[in-house]
This record gives sequence, structure tokens and C-alpha cells, in this order.
Amino acid sequence: MSLVTPDFGLLVWMTVIFAILFFILAKFGFPIITGMVNKRSDYIGKSLESAREAQRKVDALAEEQKRLIDETKREQSRILNEAAQTRDDIISEARQQARTEAEAILTQAREDIEAQRESALRDVRRQVADLSVEVAEKLVRNSLSDPEKADELIGKLIDEAAK
Amino acid sequence: MKRYGLLILMLLMAFSAFPQREGGESALLQEKQGDDDLDMQEYLFGHIGDSYEWHITTVNGKPVSIPLLVIVRSKTTGWHIFSSHHLEEGEEYQGLFISQEEQYNGKVVERDADGTLVRPLDLSITKNVFSLMINCTLIVLLVLGTARWYRRHDALKEAPKGIAGIMEMLIVMVEDDIIKEGVGKDYKRYSPYLLTAFFFIFINNLMGIVPFFPGGANLTGNIAITLVLAVCTFLAVNLFGNKHYWKDILWPDVPLFLKAPLPLMPLIEIIGIFTKPFSLMIRLFANIMAGHCMLLGVVAVIFITAKMGPAINGSLSVIAVLFGVFMDILECLVAFLQAYVFTMLSAVFIGMSRQEAEPEHK
Repeated sequence: MSLVTPDFGLLVWMTVIFAILFFILAKFGFPIITGMVNKRSDYIGKSLESAREAQRKVDALAEEQKRLIDETKREQSRILNEAAQTRDDIISEARQQARTEAEAILTQAREDIEAQRESALRDVRRQVADLSVEVAEKLVRNSLSDPEKADELIGKLIDEAAK
Repeated sequence: MKRYGLLILMLLMAFSAFPQREGGESALLQEKQGDDDLDMQEYLFGHIGDSYEWHITTVNGKPVSIPLLVIVRSKTTGWHIFSSHHLEEGEEYQGLFISQEEQYNGKVVERDADGTLVRPLDLSITKNVFSLMINCTLIVLLVLGTARWYRRHDALKEAPKGIAGIMEMLIVMVEDDIIKEGVGKDYKRYSPYLLTAFFFIFINNLMGIVPFFPGGANLTGNIAITLVLAVCTFLAVNLFGNKHYWKDILWPDVPLFLKAPLPLMPLIEIIGIFTKPFSLMIRLFANIMAGHCMLLGVVAVIFITAKMGPAINGSLSVIAVLFGVFMDILECLVAFLQAYVFTMLSAVFIGMSRQEAEPEHK
């Protein structure tokens, strides 16, 4: 049957045409296409890789940023605390100083008062002594007018001084 | 513009055929008119077989055909190259005519001095050869068009669209799914052949389903075509087979009595070398031919039932058309499937011939 017996002419033509087809496609067709497709798939793979890398970097940056913000916040609160502390210190120091100063002033005042009082007392004493001397003078003058009494007194005074 | 080129070519060829065919009617048609029955065998073989002219249609009882080139070399009279319209209706031209007898039926023959039929060396551009040329041109245009797209564009920045996109998808699919899987590590060496085989079979299968002019020839359902393809695979497998492959054939890893005095296993393996491509050849041939026969048979139902009255004919025609649509869709699937299977098996056979020896089991 002619169906299963290959026809010689067709066989020859098929061989020739298929060989030409294969030659053309293998030389100018498929290698270019598959080469480009492979290149592109490599490129896509590389792009994906670099995208992953970029994502990783962005993540790292975000992490870094978060860390920096946290740190800044900590720093801020620390500075605030410190400032508050300093303020309190200054106030308390001022208070202390004021107290000390007040104390010093008070002491000074007290000392002044004491000194004033002392000098006043000394004055008073001196005046009393002067008055006493004056009184004594007047008395002595009176007494000395009477020679008897003056002798008695002189004797008395000598006694007293000898004692 | 290129897209319509083929269509225009087809129309030109169809019109150029008219004046040459005014003369008469083909022998086939005369027979049909002689007895009203449809000669099923002739109908089938006329469609799936080869012919010297390309019958397109019949207008008002006159066949419209594209005459093709008859190239024969007779032992006695030398080369003859002429148009096939000289041979229509069994006419004799330069001592050559188409045999109507059992012997060499439908082929160009001559009579020698004794009056016996002699078949000259026949290298005619028959319908199949012409269709082969058209389809291969189509494949070349498709593939080189895609390649040209890649040359003109930066493939790293954009992907092809349209036909180039489809081609790229198919090529990538064949290379990734079939060739890399089947052949293994040095697949690049075989990739062009396997891709060529795939597209050759696929495009020819599809063109075979197209029922009018540039298609319709039963190419991949012709044993000569599948024979060449199978031989190519056979050569690809056996020319580059490595040491391990030949060792496995000539001295396989089986108990000694299976190979020592009587080389039973080597014999089977050697037969296997030939049966593998043979099965490739038969599978493709039989599948495509059977598909064509089925389609033709379904369509023939309409003509066979024409005499059984309008009721039967009408109802069966509807069924035949529906079934024909179904068969056509199925054939589209088969067209792809057979190309896929042929390529995959070729890749697997090549891969087997290049396998390295497995490490010894201990």
C-alpha cells in the first residue's frame, strides 16, 4: 500500500528541505532567541537579587533610623532629667546659700548688737564711775573740810589699800 | 503588511490556476458522475495521499487546481521537467502519464519497449513537496521574525508582543520543559535540532488541519516525512552516544547467562536502537493520518447520506458538522501533543545516550 511505503521523491525533498530548514534555524534563529531569553532571565534573576539586596538595605536603614530615634529620645529624656536635676540643684544651692548668708547676717547683727550693748554698758559703767568719782569727790571735799573726819578717812583708805 | 502577504500570494496562485483548468474535468470527477456513489477509498486516499497538482475546489463541475512541477528522470529518455497540467485526465506527455492501474496507482510512469509500466526517478514538486516548502518558509519567517525582533530590541528592557511573544513562549516552554529535562546538562548542543523538530511538526500539523489552499496537505501524516524526522533523531542519538551508552547496549548490566554464550540482551538492545525511532515515526504518522481520516470520514457522512432523503441527510449533516467541529478542536490538541511527544521522546532518547555511568552499588 502506498500509505506506508515512503515515496522516494518526497523523501529526497524532505531531506533537503529539512536540512536547509535546520541549517537556517540553527544558525540564525533559535540560538539568538534562546540566547536573548536566557540573558533576559539572567537579568531578571539579577534584578530580583539586587531588589532583594536593596530591600535588605532599606530594612537595615529603617532599623538604623529607628535605633537613632530611640537613642535620640533617650538622650533627650536624659538631658531633660539632667536639666531638671541641675535646676533643682541650683535652687537648693541658692536656698542653702541664702540661708547661710542670712545666718551670717544675723550673726553679724547679733555680734553688732552685742558689741553695741557692750560699748553701751562700758559707757554706762564709765559714766557711773565718773559719777561715782564726782560724787566721791564732792563727798570727799565735804569730808575734808572737817580735819577729823579727813584723818579718819585717810586712815580708812590706807587700811583698805593695805588689805 | 507581511501578515497579508501570504493571503495575497494564495489568491494570486488560485486565480492563475483558472485559465489552465478551463479544459475539462478530472478523472476523479468523471467517475463520480458515472456512478453517483462516492468512492470512499478514492476520496480518502485522494485527500491524505500525494498528488501532482494541488486540487483546490471544483467550480461548476470544473476542478480548480494549482499545476505543479513534474520532474522525472527516465532511464531511457533522460530528464523531463514540465507542468503537471499536461498530465491531467490521464493524458500522456513526453511518453509519461499517471498510472490508473493497480501498479503505481496515481504515480507518473512510462512504458518501456515491452509495454510494462516503469517508474522513472520521480523528483516532482508534488502537493506534499510544495506544501512542505510553504510550511518551511512559514516556519523560517516565524522564527527569523522573532530573532529579528530580538536583534532590533533590547531584550533586557522589553518583552516581545504578538507573534514574537507567542514564539518566545513556545520556544522557552520547549527548551525548559522538554529539552533541559530530557537531555540533561549539555542540552544546548541539541536544542536547535529539537526546537526545529518541534516547530516543523507543530506547524505542519496545524497547516494540515487548515482545510484550504496553503494548508490541507497531509504532511506529518506521510511516512516519508516522519521517516526523515525519525532518522534525524536516530542519528542525534547514536552518533553522539557516549561510552556508557554503548556499553549498556553491547554488554548490559545483567546476569552473565543472558549475554555470554548467546548475546540475548545485546541483541534485544540493538533491536531497541532501531525500534525507538521507528516508534517515533509510526506514532506521528499514524496519529496525524488517523486524525485526517476521521475528519474526512465525518465530513463524508454528509455526502453518503445525500441519497437517503432530506430528513436523514439533514439531521446527520448537523451531527456531522458538530462532530467535525469537535474533531477539528481535537486535532488542534493532537497537533500540539504530537509535536510535544516527538520532541520529548527525542530529547529523552538523546539524554539516555549521554548518561554517565552511575556509581557502582555496594
